[in-house]
Amino acid sequence: MIFGLPVISVAIWLPIIFGILVLSTGDDKNAPLARILAMIGAVLGFLVTIPLYTGFAYDTSQMQFVELHDWISRFNIHYHLGVDGISVLFILLTAFFTPIVVLAGWLVIEKRVAQYMASFLIMSGVMIGVFAALDAILFYVFWEAMLIPMFLIIGIWGGQNRVYAAVKFFLYTLLGSLLMLVALIYLYNRSGGSFSILDFHQVAIPMTAQILIFIAFFFAFAVKVPMFPVHTWLPDAHVEAPTGGSVILAAIMLKVGAYGFLRFSVPIVPDASHQLAGVMIALSLIAVVYIGLVALAQSDMKKLVAYSSISHMGFVTLGIFIFNAYGMEGALLQMISHGFVSGALFLCVGVLYDRMHSRNIADYGGVANTMPVFAAFFMLFAMANSGLPGTSGFVGEFTVILGAMKANFWYAFAASTTLVFGAAYTLWMYKRVIFGAVANSHVAELTDLTLREKVIMAILAVTVLGMGLYPLPFSEIMHASVNDLLVHVAHSKLP
Amino acid sequence: MDLMMNLMPAAAEIFLLVMACLILIADLMIKQSGRLLTYVWVQFTLMGCALITVGTHDNIAVHAFNNMFVDDLMSDVLKLLTYLAMSMMLVYSRQYLTVRGLFTGEFMVLALFAMLGMMVMISASHFLTLYLGLELLSLSLYAIVALQRDSSVATEAAMKYFILGALASGLLLYGMSMLYGATGSLELDAVSNAIQSGEADQRLLVFGLAFVVSGLAFKLGVVPFHMWVPDVYHGAPTAMTMLIGSAPKLAAFAFVVRILVEGLQPLVQHWSGMLIILAIASMGLGNLTAIAQTNLKRMFAYSTIAHMGFMLLGLLSGGIEGYGAAMFYTVVYVLMSLGAFGMIMLMSREGFEADTLNDFKGLNQRSPWLAFLMLLLMFSMAGVPPTVGFYAKFSVLNAVVQSGHIWLAVVAVLFSLIGAFYYLRIVKLMYFDAPESHTPISVGQDTVLLMSLNSLGVLLLGLLPGGLMSICAVAVQQSLLLH
Repeated sequence: MIFGLPVISVAIWLPIIFGILVLSTGDDKNAPLARILAMIGAVLGFLVTIPLYTGFAYDTSQMQFVELHDWISRFNIHYHLGVDGISVLFILLTAFFTPIVVLAGWLVIEKRVAQYMASFLIMSGVMIGVFAALDAILFYVFWEAMLIPMFLIIGIWGGQNRVYAAVKFFLYTLLGSLLMLVALIYLYNRSGGSFSILDFHQVAIPMTAQILIFIAFFFAFAVKVPMFPVHTWLPDAHVEAPTGGSVILAAIMLKVGAYGFLRFSVPIVPDASHQLAGVMIALSLIAVVYIGLVALAQSDMKKLVAYSSISHMGFVTLGIFIFNAYGMEGALLQMISHGFVSGALFLCVGVLYDRMHSRNIADYGGVANTMPVFAAFFMLFAMANSGLPGTSGFVGEFTVILGAMKANFWYAFAASTTLVFGAAYTLWMYKRVIFGAVANSHVAELTDLTLREKVIMAILAVTVLGMGLYPLPFSEIMHASVNDLLVHVAHSKLP
Repeated sequence: MDLMMNLMPAAAEIFLLVMACLILIADLMIKQSGRLLTYVWVQFTLMGCALITVGTHDNIAVHAFNNMFVDDLMSDVLKLLTYLAMSMMLVYSRQYLTVRGLFTGEFMVLALFAMLGMMVMISASHFLTLYLGLELLSLSLYAIVALQRDSSVATEAAMKYFILGALASGLLLYGMSMLYGATGSLELDAVSNAIQSGEADQRLLVFGLAFVVSGLAFKLGVVPFHMWVPDVYHGAPTAMTMLIGSAPKLAAFAFVVRILVEGLQPLVQHWSGMLIILAIASMGLGNLTAIAQTNLKRMFAYSTIAHMGFMLLGLLSGGIEGYGAAMFYTVVYVLMSLGAFGMIMLMSREGFEADTLNDFKGLNQRSPWLAFLMLLLMFSMAGVPPTVGFYAKFSVLNAVVQSGHIWLAVVAVLFSLIGAFYYLRIVKLMYFDAPESHTPISVGQDTVLLMSLNSLGVLLLGLLPGGLMSICAVAVQQSLLLH
């Protein structure tokens, strides 16, 4: 409780209310006011989520901070919120990134500032809702509502081909969501009239239905992750989105898909999940290896980071579907670490883009000479992306590989290739952009990071290093929930 | 005493008829400059109807005129919504019609007669009353579409509407006559009982049913009987399009439910099959063709076809769930289409119709507030939460899944996905493109206020849809399943 108000509701609605306030500042004459209001909202939004961490009980897998109210009584739909060890960190991650994207867009966004800031604040609240919802329809409402601000962000403030990317993004994700909706309605009827996700976990379902439900969920979640072969929207969306949009996409929105697998697919249809685990693992490994190679061939920095995201998310789905404690905890750690690292990399690309208006690797070279501080930060994040021990990237990847090794040597072997490919594409890009002689006059005129940018980079650098050196605070919070989930999954739900 | 018992359930209709006649006469005395007086009078008449409907409301269904007329909860709810829709239509179109010289007494009186037709349809429990109501509505609408005499497009639209409408009425009458031949009655309850008894000739019944369903499909505008919809929507002045596209859908819903569910429920296995075909064809053709349109009114016409197809899914699922969902869907659809056509009129000005897609380009830069309102409407039509359009689709899908047609639900969502594309395109035009014209949008405060209430209502009902859903379910339950 904060001042007598329930924590999760405050975390959801506070940014949304601030978003509406920011919107009401109107046109660009009031841009400074919009920025300041947005910053206050974002920082407050983060502060109110801290009690979720400090007040969290580690020894139980039960839902905590639960709020339960009637919402649509005709269909037995409730306003039902709560967190467990799986979801709590994502709420913090979401709230953590909102001030960062507000700050990142501070001066860069010049047109329709209020709408830009408001979109991010509203999206932040809605995404927290996705992670906290325990009622299927409430989840669905947040899940879909998330698309609207993202659609606008890509379409209004994006690059050249923004409209194509925005529409593709929206329709791709809507397809998956609608099939999921049918599955949810089926489960509602199957469970005897309840939309509670926790009730869904207990419903017995015949095998054919399980497989179909799994496929419906797969469309919804795999598109978001994104898994091979439904990943093609991501490079487009990332490349065209403004920096803030890319950061939120990579850091939070991709995690929503993997979270969906953990909250819906695996516990609701465990038999189908086991049956189809082979396919899922195969798709994950294709993502890790093949998309890693695709990343190597990119000439556009943002596209390279986007492909690297897909490759890293392959680790997450691999970890989930090998069904052991290492795999699953590794997947969760990888999701959080990837949030920090990919967010940071997109910000680095954004820093360069703001100055040069080019994302082409070939246009750069020798940036270290003109931007030494930036080069140092970029180095750290590039290393983290390639999984260097001591950075957060290492923790998740190593744990997943450990889990894969327990399951099957060849899974682990294929997954480990990423340590080579990841290092190859990240460091090769780094070398071409940062090192060497100053490539052209534009690079020679570059100015180093401003104070605002330094603050953003420093915060992220501290978290990346902190998580890499001492991951315990992140991992111990999820133990109970992960173990409970694995026990649950081991039992068949066939009637 | 007996007469009063008969008249009371129809008090609102009688009041409306009297007022319409009075306005018709009084309006002759009013100069064009004083037309606002007629307008206010009409609005007060609508309000009076609402008061009477609420005042004469009874908790049980009351039958009158030898069972030709029924006053039950469903009819009361639908009538109140009809008044609301008509009243909103008049507010939206006042300015639009004034600058085009169409803000005349005839328009308002014809609109009132059309509404009388709707009310009779809603309350009918006899084939003849149904038909009377339908014809009163249709004839008034034909005249309204033709009201802009010097416009060849409007005249053409009226002609098409009239000819195809007459054909549909013919089909309907033919079907009714066969049902009468088979069952020996025109009263819905009696027809239902006669079919149930098993003595009626099954072949004749099904034959008659096919004609009745075709006639209904014409009136609803579902594929393959949809040809008039795009032409009429496109050709008629936008205010008339709004009149055709909003309140009559409520009456059409009542019409279909009364005939198919009250009268022909025993033939459900026959007509639900027909409705499946109509629904799939409408959703498919409506959504696909809408993508190719550049004229906004035509696009909305095809979108209406698709929406009506979706509504049929609820009807064919059956049960309180299904009929309640179909009613909820219709009500939500009317609310959204009022807003959408209202927006077209709001953007229009003297000598300029904002009815092409390009007219919406860059609306966010010209008026962020209007763009936001339109955004809400479009996402609602696409069925994206947190707008009420989502719950309309949700409740229909729920009914479909409950009736065991899961494949049909999957087909429906796939077509909705296609539909989302063209709604999204409008959002794209408003937000992502640069405006083509910078003419300021000058509209009356009343219209903007109503527009805001309309769109925010779509959002608010999306956040708290429970009340309206329950009202629809209870209304349907009381009217259909208790007798």
